[in-house]
Amino acid sequence: MGEPIELYVNGTRHPLEVDPTTPLLYVLRNDLGLRAAKFGCGIEQCGTCTVIVAGEAALACGLAVGQVGDREVITLEGLAEGDTLHPLQRAFLEEQAAQCAYCVPGVIMAAATLLARVDDPSDAELRGALAGNLCRCGAQPRMLRAVRRAAEELRT
Amino acid sequence: MSEKPPFSPSLRNNPDLDTWIGIEPDGTVRVSTGKVELGQGIKTAIARLAAEELDISLERVRVETADTARGPQEFMTAGSMSVETSGNAVRLAAAEARQVLLETAAARLAAPLSALEVADGVVRVRGSELSVSFAELYGGRAFERKITGEAMPKSPEAYRILGRPGPRIDLRAKVEGAGFLHDLTFPGMLHGRVVRPPSPAAELIDVDEAAVRALPGVVAVVRDGRFLGVVAEREEQAIRARERLRESSRWSEHETLPASETLFEWLLEQPRESYPVVDGTPEDRAVEPHADPPRAAVTLEATYTRPFTMHASIGPSAAIAEFSDDRLTVWTHSQGVAVARGAIAEALGMPPDAIRVIHADGAGCYGHNGADDAAFDAVLLARAVPSRPVRLQWMRDDEHAWEPYGPAMLIQSRGSLDAAGRVIDWSHEVFSNPHVGRPRPSGDRSEFVAAWHRAEPMQRPEPRAALFSHAGIHRNADPVYVFPRKRVVKHMIKSRPLRTSSLRGLGAYANVFAIESFMDELAHAAGVDPVEFRLRHLEDPRARAVIQAAAERASWRGAGGDGRGQGLGFARYKNAQTYVAVIMDVEVDDGSGAIRLIRALIAADAGQVVDPEGLSNQLEGGVVQAASWTLKEQVLFDRTRITSTDWESYPILGFHEVPEVETVLLNQPGAPFLGAGEAAQGPTPAAIANAVFHAIGARLREVPFTKERVRAARQGAPPRSAGQE
Repeated sequence: MGEPIELYVNGTRHPLEVDPTTPLLYVLRNDLGLRAAKFGCGIEQCGTCTVIVAGEAALACGLAVGQVGDREVITLEGLAEGDTLHPLQRAFLEEQAAQCAYCVPGVIMAAATLLARVDDPSDAELRGALAGNLCRCGAQPRMLRAVRRAAEELRT
Repeated sequence: MSEKPPFSPSLRNNPDLDTWIGIEPDGTVRVSTGKVELGQGIKTAIARLAAEELDISLERVRVETADTARGPQEFMTAGSMSVETSGNAVRLAAAEARQVLLETAAARLAAPLSALEVADGVVRVRGSELSVSFAELYGGRAFERKITGEAMPKSPEAYRILGRPGPRIDLRAKVEGAGFLHDLTFPGMLHGRVVRPPSPAAELIDVDEAAVRALPGVVAVVRDGRFLGVVAEREEQAIRARERLRESSRWSEHETLPASETLFEWLLEQPRESYPVVDGTPEDRAVEPHADPPRAAVTLEATYTRPFTMHASIGPSAAIAEFSDDRLTVWTHSQGVAVARGAIAEALGMPPDAIRVIHADGAGCYGHNGADDAAFDAVLLARAVPSRPVRLQWMRDDEHAWEPYGPAMLIQSRGSLDAAGRVIDWSHEVFSNPHVGRPRPSGDRSEFVAAWHRAEPMQRPEPRAALFSHAGIHRNADPVYVFPRKRVVKHMIKSRPLRTSSLRGLGAYANVFAIESFMDELAHAAGVDPVEFRLRHLEDPRARAVIQAAAERASWRGAGGDGRGQGLGFARYKNAQTYVAVIMDVEVDDGSGAIRLIRALIAADAGQVVDPEGLSNQLEGGVVQAASWTLKEQVLFDRTRITSTDWESYPILGFHEVPEVETVLLNQPGAPFLGAGEAAQGPTPAAIANAVFHAIGARLREVPFTKERVRAARQGAPPRSAGQE
C-alpha cells in the first residue's frame, strides 16, 4: 500500500514510498533514521513524540504521514547545527535536566516551539507549554530551570 | 590508615583486574561494571570513581555495563546498592591498576616510585621531561592479575573529581536523541507486538490467525496457548496486525479481582504469614499480641494505606531478540542480565550458555516493570523467525495493565506518650503482598507472564516472605527512633489477584508514610513541635544533623494555617543507607481540596558524595515521583479487569503541578558511600500529609490524597482512626 510521498524534514526533502496512513513517528524513526522522537503511548497523551510541523508543536504518533504535505517538519536532530548543540540541548546538559532522559527530546521540542514565539516566558507560560509532556522520573524542576537558562541565552 | 579496605561481594565474585579495567591503545580507559544505567547516573558515578583513582580525566573513561558474555557479573541493579558494591569494586580495581601502571613506569623510566606523579593518564618523573603514558605502558595489554586490595585508594583531601559537580556521561547522546535500546537497529530487523488477554484470568476461545497472517508485511503470527503475538516487516504493520489480532480474538473472562471500594477490608481478611520484626529483621516465631503500657498519658492509633501503584515508565518496555544457529542473543533493559538469562533458559529448556543477554538503556523503570517480560516476549517471537532479529515493543496498555505493581499496603499504628510527651510504646503492623516477583531461575516455576499463558504453562512460584533485614514489606518498618518499647509486625498477604513486584523503595514508602505521619500525630497530642519531637527520640548525630539542616534551610515555622503549611518527613533508607529529610511547603484550596506543592526542601547525608549533581537529581526526582504517587496515583480495576490502561486513567504529576525543589547535601568526606536512589520516597508522603495538617487541620491517611479525601478530612469525617486520651 506504499505511495510516493515527499517529506520536508530538517531542511531536506525526502522522497518515500510508504502507506500514507502511517503515523509520522514511524516514518521518521524507521525510514529516515531520525530516532529522537520516541514512542511513549501512540495515543497523543504523553508528548514523547513531539516534533515541530510548520512552526507548531505536533505529536508525530497522531499525524499520518500523508497529512503532512509540504509543511516543514523539524525534529530534535534538526535543532543542532552540525556539532553545535542548540542552546536548549546545552542547557539540559549543564543543568543535568534529566534522569532517564526518554522524555527529553519531546520536552525540548515543546520548549523550542514556545521559545520561538515567546522570548521571556513566565513560569505559568512555561509550565503550560510543557503540560502535555509527561516526565516520570521527576526531572521537571530541573527541566524548567534548563528552559529558562536557554531562553536567557537565546535573548542575548 | 593501613587497613585493607573490605571487598564488596562484587569484588569477591569478580576478582580479575582485567574484568574491571582495560587500557586502550588510544589512551582511553575501558571500565566495566555489572550494573546498569537506569537513568540514576550509575555509569557516571562509576566513571568518576575510576577517573579519580586512576588520575585520568573523566572524558577518557568509557563505561561498559552488564553483559552476560563479558565484564563483572553483579547480579542485579536494585536496592540502591550499586555505588556501594560496584562503586567500591571499581574504586579498588582502579587504584590497583594505577599501582601497576606506576610500577611499570618506574621500571621503564628508571626512577623510584616516589619520584613519579600522574596527571591525566601520563606518568611523569617529577621535575623532569621524562614521561610515559598509560597507553604506552599497557595499551591493549591485559593486566593478568587478581585484585589484591593492597593498593590504597585516595584520601578525600586528594579528590579532584569526587564530591565536585561534573557532567552525566550518557546525557550528551540522549539530548541528541540517541542512546536507548528502543533506538537500536540491526540488519534485517523485524517488528513484533503482543496481544495480552483482556484480564488476568481470561481464556482464549479463538482468534483469526489466518486473517492476520494475510495483512501486509506480516511475517509470522504466534499463538501458543493464550500467548499471542505478531511479527512484521515494518513497525506500523506490526501495530495494525496487533489490532487485528486483538479484534479477532474471543475470550472467556472471569471475575478474579477484589472489589476496589473495599480493597483494604479484603486485604485484612486474606490468609497471611505473620512475623515479628526485631531490629529490622523478621523472626520466624509467633506474633505476640500488643498490650498498651500502664500509666500512658495519651494513646493514639491510626491506620494508613496506599493502593496498588504503577511504575508507569514513560517508554513502554521493549527488547530485541535473535535466534541464530542454536544461540540466542537478547538486548534488554532488565535490571539483571544473568538472572534474566537464567529465567529465559529455564522457560525454554535451553542451556544458559547458549544465551547472551546484553543490557541497553531503557526508560526509567523504578524497579521491576515490564522489561523482563518484554525480553521473554521478544524471545518467543524471535523463535518464529530464526536468524532475524525481532524488536518487540510493548504498547501503552500492555505496560499499564501487565507490569507488576507496587502492592497495596495497610499499616496499623498504635503508640503511647508519657506525661512529659515522650513516646513510651510503639506498635507498627504492616499488611501487604510480597514486593518481589522478578523472573529468576526457579526450577519449574516462572514469573514471566508469557510463561503462564503458553499452551504448556509454568505456574507462578508460591509467595514467599522476605526474611532478611529491611526487605520488601518490612523495609523501614522499624523506625530509627529510640523508643523504650517497640513492636513491629510484618504480615505477608498470600492472595495475589493483582500481580505485584518491586517498586522503588518497596515497603519503605508506605512504612515511612505511616511512621512519619504518626510521629506528627503524637507530637500534636503532646503539644510539641514536630522537629523537636523527632530530635527527642533520635540519638544518631547524622540523623539529627539532616533534620536540623532541613529545618534551617526551609525556615521551619512549625505551624501553619489559613491554607498554608509546612510538613516534615524523615527516614534513613533501610536504617543503613542515605539519611533524607524532606520539608514540604503546601497550599490547600479551601473550596476544592486541591493541594498545591509549593516547595520541597531536601537535606541528605549519603556519606562521601561521589557525584553531587547525580545525587541531588536522584533525591529531587524521588521526591517529585513520590509526590505524584501521593497526590494522584492508584491502579483502578473492576472485578475482572485492570481499568488503568492509559495516562487518562492513570494520571501522574505534570509540569504545571511540580514544586520548586532545593537540595542540601551534608557531605561526609571519607565516610562510606551510601546508596540514595530510593531514599527520598519514604519521607515524601508524610511531609505532604503533615503540611496539609498544618495548613487546614485535616489529617490524611489514605494515599492518594485526592480532592475528595481532603474535603472529607476537612469536614472531620474520620478516615480510619481513633484517638483516646
